[in-house]
Amino acid sequence: MNPAPASLPETAPKPPLLSVNGLRKHFPLKGGLFGQTTGVVRAVDGVSFDVAEGETLGIVGESGCGKSTTARLLVDLITPDDGQILLESRRLGVDLDVRELRRHVQMVFQDSYASLNPRLTMEDAIAFGPRVNGMAAAKATALAHELLAKVGLEPRRFAGRYPHELSGGQRQRVNIARALAFSPKVVILDEAVSALDKSVEAQVLNLLADLKKELGLTYIFISHDLNVVRYISDRVMVMYLGEVAEIGPVETLYANPTHPYTRALLAAMPSMDPDRRTEEAPLTGDPPNPINPPSGCRFHPRCRNAESVCSAGSPGLFKLPSDRHLVACHAAIPGSGHSLAEMPA
Amino acid sequence: MTMPLVEMKDVTVRFDGARTVHAVNGVNLTLMPGETLSILGESGSGKSVTLKTLLRLLPENRTAIGGEVRVAGADVLSLDGRALANHRGGVVSMIFQDPMLALDPVYTIGDQIAEAVVRHEGVSRQAGLARALDMLTRVRIPSPERRMKAYPHEMSGGMRQRAMIALALACRPKLLLADEPTTALDATVQIQILLLLRELQREFGMAMIFVTHDIGVAVEVSDRIAVMYAGEFVETGTVRQIIREPRHPYTKGLLAANLHGAVKGERLDAIPGAPPALETKPTACSFAPRCPVRQEGCETARPPVASFDPGRMVRCIHAVEPALA
Repeated sequence: MNPAPASLPETAPKPPLLSVNGLRKHFPLKGGLFGQTTGVVRAVDGVSFDVAEGETLGIVGESGCGKSTTARLLVDLITPDDGQILLESRRLGVDLDVRELRRHVQMVFQDSYASLNPRLTMEDAIAFGPRVNGMAAAKATALAHELLAKVGLEPRRFAGRYPHELSGGQRQRVNIARALAFSPKVVILDEAVSALDKSVEAQVLNLLADLKKELGLTYIFISHDLNVVRYISDRVMVMYLGEVAEIGPVETLYANPTHPYTRALLAAMPSMDPDRRTEEAPLTGDPPNPINPPSGCRFHPRCRNAESVCSAGSPGLFKLPSDRHLVACHAAIPGSGHSLAEMPA
Repeated sequence: MTMPLVEMKDVTVRFDGARTVHAVNGVNLTLMPGETLSILGESGSGKSVTLKTLLRLLPENRTAIGGEVRVAGADVLSLDGRALANHRGGVVSMIFQDPMLALDPVYTIGDQIAEAVVRHEGVSRQAGLARALDMLTRVRIPSPERRMKAYPHEMSGGMRQRAMIALALACRPKLLLADEPTTALDATVQIQILLLLRELQREFGMAMIFVTHDIGVAVEVSDRIAVMYAGEFVETGTVRQIIREPRHPYTKGLLAANLHGAVKGERLDAIPGAPPALETKPTACSFAPRCPVRQEGCETARPPVASFDPGRMVRCIHAVEPALA
């Protein structure tokens, strides 16, 4: 009786663990003397994707592209205006309630200090969720100790400490331990390693890989660091101004980026070769803000290949012949009317 | 022979207060005119403090600075009054990570730049405004005439960064200090700013010290790199030497942690542990507790300094050995 996953059933032999369909969130902008709505921020505008069990989906994009809003929508920290969220083919709000969704989908945020209650010791912080959900205090504390050990913090030393007594990397380990307290299926990591120093970041990435293997976790990994995303992800989704620009397996996307924005993002990475430094910036200007985004393809005002068809209509995600690779660009869609597109067969 | 523009000899910085911190522990640095050095390090390594020493921006009453700092022939540590004011902004100028804190929110961009030019060069306000417009054009701010009258909050992040660069370079300093100026920017904007800095540096022939935690950024802008750990340079060399033949285990660890070319699914060679707190002056190798190739003696005595050609230095016992062999 489960509803069929609506997007691309042919890509996954079994239903995806998490499925998102046409997710939309607009924030009204209030202004003026009487607080009228003066504009709309189209933070997330029709985003669809699937996450298979055991995979890591990386989400990349610049500030304002909607990657964090997407993450918050997934755990219902913000209520979407439109769209469906399905966990194991059960739809949120129909046969899946928010409490259950959040038990299975947990989140780790960028700011490790703001994420922790300064008045709770580490064991209390981790045990808090399970206790609120009815676990006996002694059992919850034992669980907290077990989780601390799992993330590489010796319980005897760290259980009684407060957040300010830990370093950033240690705090982030505690946040990961807390996210694991409900034995979730999916963990969303929203820039979870971005604030850490490079050497500490590598330690946490190793930890995430170990936990994934041990507990069979599925990750949604949001980051602006394309090196980290390449290392950790199985598939990558590129977002631009609230829409999905391109999504595909990590090797395909990095070796063969099809959307001009993906290409620009990759070209903007600093070179690691002193003899081949970057000579030309791939894009000029700042990313536009998502208030009143451009018509048609939202990237067209910054795109070198823009033609009249690009401002006329939104391209929508098109499935390329290569496996599980989708792109929203007129130039890649046969018969779109773009001069670089192939003629329809 | 040209004289070095910057010379730092055995510079130490200690902060006294509720807690003593030995932030910089014997930094030696020589920079020629027109040269760019990147100081690469993690938070708390003392890289920003080193920069601020060159401008004497550290709070006087709580800071003990030792050693010798010379910029363009002047003894920076003994400057005061008018001479210090001329040094700041006239000879040495600085850009920061957050332009919103560096720019004055209640003056227009044009007025701020003009004021600096009038103060340093004693020209008329008219000439100052003309220089401001010229600078905004050089940093490629679109429609600069209109932006002259804009306030900082009316500009986007990348635009504000350009305005701050225009302000810093308005008086043609000989040395530009850049403290993580692109860290808060999006990737596509970051590369624009890096290319702009490289170009302006060539145009004005100024030297630059660029502080960053991102190796890729250092490669894009600099001639030389100094890797900093626990308040001292652990390795210095040209960009090519640091990237291709890193000798210090910390430098090697940083390069691995950058993940450039890391193989998916393979474990990362992460440096364990965390940097020291620096409450006491280091008496041994500061990196020893985290070092994968630590040996007897590393934790009891200061590591030897292996100097190769001028500008190439490694502070590690392992760097000395192969030279002897």
